[in-house]
Amino acid sequence: MTHHHEESTVPAAGALDDARVREIVEDFPVLSEEVEGHRITYLDTGATSQNPLQVLDAERDYYLHRNSAVHRGAHTLAVHATDAFEAARRMVAGFVGAAEDELVWTSNATEALNLLAYSFSNASTERWRASAGRFALGPGDEIVTTELEHHANLIPWQELAARTGATLRHVPVTPEGELDYAAAGEVVGPRTRVLAFTHVSNVTGAITDVARLVELARGVGAVTVLDACQSVPHLPVDLPALGVDFAAFSGHKMLGPTGIGALYGRRELLAELPPFLTGGSMITRVTMEEAEYLDPPTRFEAGTQRVSQAVGLAAAVEYLSRLGMDNVHAWEAELGQRLAEGVERIEGVRLLGPAAGRERAGLVSVHVEGVHPHDVGQILDTQGIAVRVGHHCAQPLHRALGVTATTRASAYIYNTTDDVDRFLEALAGVRGFFGVGAAR
Amino acid sequence: MSDLAQLYQQIILDHSRQRTGEGLADAAGLPSAENHQYNPTCGDEINLRVTLDAAGERVEAVTWEGDGCSISMAAASVLAESAPGLGRAEFQELVDRFREMLHSRGKVEPDAELLGDAAAFAGVSKFVARIKCAMLAWVAAEEAAREAGARAGSA
Repeated sequence: MTHHHEESTVPAAGALDDARVREIVEDFPVLSEEVEGHRITYLDTGATSQNPLQVLDAERDYYLHRNSAVHRGAHTLAVHATDAFEAARRMVAGFVGAAEDELVWTSNATEALNLLAYSFSNASTERWRASAGRFALGPGDEIVTTELEHHANLIPWQELAARTGATLRHVPVTPEGELDYAAAGEVVGPRTRVLAFTHVSNVTGAITDVARLVELARGVGAVTVLDACQSVPHLPVDLPALGVDFAAFSGHKMLGPTGIGALYGRRELLAELPPFLTGGSMITRVTMEEAEYLDPPTRFEAGTQRVSQAVGLAAAVEYLSRLGMDNVHAWEAELGQRLAEGVERIEGVRLLGPAAGRERAGLVSVHVEGVHPHDVGQILDTQGIAVRVGHHCAQPLHRALGVTATTRASAYIYNTTDDVDRFLEALAGVRGFFGVGAAR
Repeated sequence: MSDLAQLYQQIILDHSRQRTGEGLADAAGLPSAENHQYNPTCGDEINLRVTLDAAGERVEAVTWEGDGCSISMAAASVLAESAPGLGRAEFQELVDRFREMLHSRGKVEPDAELLGDAAAFAGVSKFVARIKCAMLAWVAAEEAAREAGARAGSA
């Protein structure tokens, strides 16, 4: 796409191991920062990932050579900017197996899910019912989500239900914190119009059996919405092959900048979906009384777009593609198992979600008996280990698991087995520090 | 002493385990008020009651129930130990000094005489993210004392 890509130092495809990861780390200067005299051990990618030089360079290159408003103006810079913007769309769409007109830019996944919920809301009004009736909701209709969800894939549906009179239901989790598929078969029924669920839990790391839920939804004619925030950065994901109708993911969790995310929608569904935000850039003809709208994806991209961020995200996708998503997944599965096995060996520390040996993403959330997660995080931080503490925007799941907050370590392509071991060692010392349980 | 050792002084660790004032006590007809505080970033939560004497002039008791980190629970315990017997103005002075110490970024030497065990929280001031933890119960008590005082005044 631009000259810096040919100069990329990203190692070509091949299985990842500690030696290769140490080469990768060279691309991430922030990982050499020191915290409390220790080189940082960054295990908070679940919240946000770090950016490689290739992404930072792509954004800078854009501002240095092509910065302009896209899809308006006929001058040369505007053409270059528009080309870069649309090339980025092709690349990111291709990364998830989609066509370019099936990928709508948003600011983040939260905005993507809200866009969808508000477009369904619009479809439920007289204004749109005739053309977009398949998305219309009202009393008697049901929206189904799950107890695993991040608040971003829950609250927009709560509000949509409240606005339209539809009923919100959910698929519960088992006491182990896994989706209760048997219960899903009961909850999803003929009244279900929308089934929204996560691909990978940001708390437990459990990977959802998407095919099973899609089959359930299709059986009753419900639209499926996949929260792919924790899957697209970490697994090979082909959204059309998964068969979901819509999906959302965020750039900053996959080596990209903040401020850019995407909504994927099947072409024929996006074509019928009413717009959410309206204004400039999404119209064809405008009179004082009314306007005609562009086709997707631009129908959903009102106003000035996030061009450098899209260019940065495309560079991130290129970086990941060069590593190979199968390799990324295999490495993270190894780190995830190492984390899970290590946590299970520590007395007084409970692993949430799938036990060691079972399929999981490269993250663990733990409950340390007798020590609040804030205190756990503090002890880890003084050793340079960055983890997330709190409810991870999933209060209902924590409630279902009987805890208010947890400590989460989430790994990525720049983490070595040493990083995992440093975390485990520090975690093992926490209860002793607070004089809880047997000192180790 | 390392920053971590200053943050988690033995007094704080002890109070986080052996908690004073835990369990909401009945006000037994005395002027009192309850206040609830919640920290949405970490889920720390406290429900706290300040009971004044019959004249509404002195703090009779501070009792509470809560769920949170060692800093927030220890701060509630120290508060429950320090407040009884103080006049309302003295109590407010204590809260003000505590708050001032926490926001000092470690630059203000705590007034150990006035603060007592609460001076042990001086180390928290270097950890900006934890100031809210330490203040949780104290903010609740400040609000509750004000309301209890108002009730006593109007009774």
